[in-house]
Amino acid sequence: MSGGISLGHYLPGNSFFHQLNPRIKVPSLVIILATLFAVTSFPALLTMIVLVFLMFRLARVPFRYLLKGLRPILYIALFALFIFLFFTKGGVVLFRLGPLTVESAGLWQGLFVITRLVTLVLFSLLLTLTTTPLSLTHGLGYFLKPLGRIGLPTEEVVMIMAIAMRFIPTLIEESQRLMRAQVSRGADFESGSIFRKAKNLVPLIVPLFVSAFRRADELAMAMEARGYRLGAKRTRLHEDVITATDWAVLLVVLVMLAASFYFKL
Amino acid sequence: MAALKTEIIIETRALCYSYAGAEEVPPAVAGIDLKVSRGEYLALLGVNGSGKTTLLKLLNALLIPSQGEVLVKGISTVEAERVQLVRQACGMIFQNPDNQIVATTVEEDIAFGLENMALPAAEIRRRVDQVAGRLGLTHLLRQPPHLLSGGEKQRTAIAGILAMQPACILMDEPTAMLDPAGRRDVLETVKELNKTEALAVVHVTHNPAEAAEANRIVVLEQGRIVADGKPGEILTDLKLLHGLKLQGTVAAELAHLLRQRGLNLPTAILQNRELVESLCISEPVS
Ligand SMILES: Nc1ncnc2c1ncn2[C@@H]1O[C@H](COP(=O)(O)OP(=O)(O)OP(=O)(O)O)[C@@H](O)[C@H]1O
Ligand SMILES: [Mg+2]
Repeated sequence: MSGGISLGHYLPGNSFFHQLNPRIKVPSLVIILATLFAVTSFPALLTMIVLVFLMFRLARVPFRYLLKGLRPILYIALFALFIFLFFTKGGVVLFRLGPLTVESAGLWQGLFVITRLVTLVLFSLLLTLTTTPLSLTHGLGYFLKPLGRIGLPTEEVVMIMAIAMRFIPTLIEESQRLMRAQVSRGADFESGSIFRKAKNLVPLIVPLFVSAFRRADELAMAMEARGYRLGAKRTRLHEDVITATDWAVLLVVLVMLAASFYFKL
Repeated sequence: MAALKTEIIIETRALCYSYAGAEEVPPAVAGIDLKVSRGEYLALLGVNGSGKTTLLKLLNALLIPSQGEVLVKGISTVEAERVQLVRQACGMIFQNPDNQIVATTVEEDIAFGLENMALPAAEIRRRVDQVAGRLGLTHLLRQPPHLLSGGEKQRTAIAGILAMQPACILMDEPTAMLDPAGRRDVLETVKELNKTEALAVVHVTHNPAEAAEANRIVVLEQGRIVADGKPGEILTDLKLLHGLKLQGTVAAELAHLLRQRGLNLPTAILQNRELVESLCISEPVS
């Protein structure tokens, strides 16, 4: 079970999208999201949906990953739909429930908004499914680089974030193991007031912290033994070379954004 | 060729080390003179607290000697500006496989040391692929470390060291947290590298059976070398080992008990196979 924990649900692969440079992927996603907010017609939105599904096909992502990725927004989507159904008026009355009415404008707008939301999540999902958290971090780190000029150690910050990502699954596994150990000795993490619950977590958090500090100590040693030095020049295995393909992708999404504005799609 | 064989990789001279704040207790390493040659497989034995880990950290410049010196390929570990060369020549594998994997995928972890050496990306790629092929990790290159078995994690760590093309690999109880399969996996990998690449190995272990695989055994007690010899000499010398609160291999211990019961067995029994053969000779099957 716990073997399946993965952060940012990266799906190993070798597709076109896996190979795009994160320095291009991240701004491209931002532009696509902007396009999604710019489009106001159903046909345009449906084109985007078809596009994202095609992209998922190209990235060879199994369908269940989409469902899994959409699950967290299920309630938000339902809630949004509910609000629009009952509170947006206009068009013909489709349905009457006591004093409440569902009118066609509400239905259309509700559907439009949740479709937009789903598309938005799907595009973001495509990014996180095809980009390792590490290269995502490096991609984001690139945009933080200007902060280096005002003295922020951006390289080190990226390293810290990368290590955090490396250890999150390990620490989750460890906390689950500790929890099972405590439960088998009669601890109860489920019932009681919120204060009781918080108090019950103490025997979990203390050993977790102790072990995390020990890990940090050993990891620092291992890094040093492999020649890591603060502030020293490093190279990278996955050097961020921006290829012609990357530029082409950026161009395509820019054109999409421009078109959606120009033609008021 | 002969000159190559005896090339000294590591040399320590009157090496002493006391931990800061522990000056009143005896030093953790108290005067060690040790030479490790190319291609040698040295097992370090000793009870808890005898200074094995401290010695290993001194060899890799993680600790700097209080007295005496450590020379790795002729470079003293106190030369701060050449410490990178020492670490590149002398890689270290730690006990806990989880706490020495830095990166989020196997390939990036193997690359970590090379990235620190600031090699060009193409060279890093070439070495990572070569080492991964060598250690059978190619199919795992994109895997995140928490999905690996213990043995695979340790092999990843070994690959990360090997990619730096070291002359020596230091291992501090590398199999202590592994299951028997993982243990075999790691030991066979290291033995193979030792044989085919003449990689020197310094292997700290509490397991006599693992030590029996070495070409040479050094026993520490309270920071000093108290025995140094071939596995056949050290691991069968039960008087010495028991005096140091250590144990011989299972076969050696069993042969010892059988001899006490009056069975006529040779004293040089180390492996199970040797014990079985001597038993079958001394008690011919009817
Ligand atoms: N960080 C430290 N600070 C102070 N003393 C230490 C520290 N680490 C180890 N020691 C002491 O140094 C001595 C040697 O310890 P070391 O860890 O080298 O032994 P070891 O042979 O590796 O033992 P083990 O088999 O338990 O791993 C011990 O007496 C130990 O208590
Ligand atoms: Mg130790």
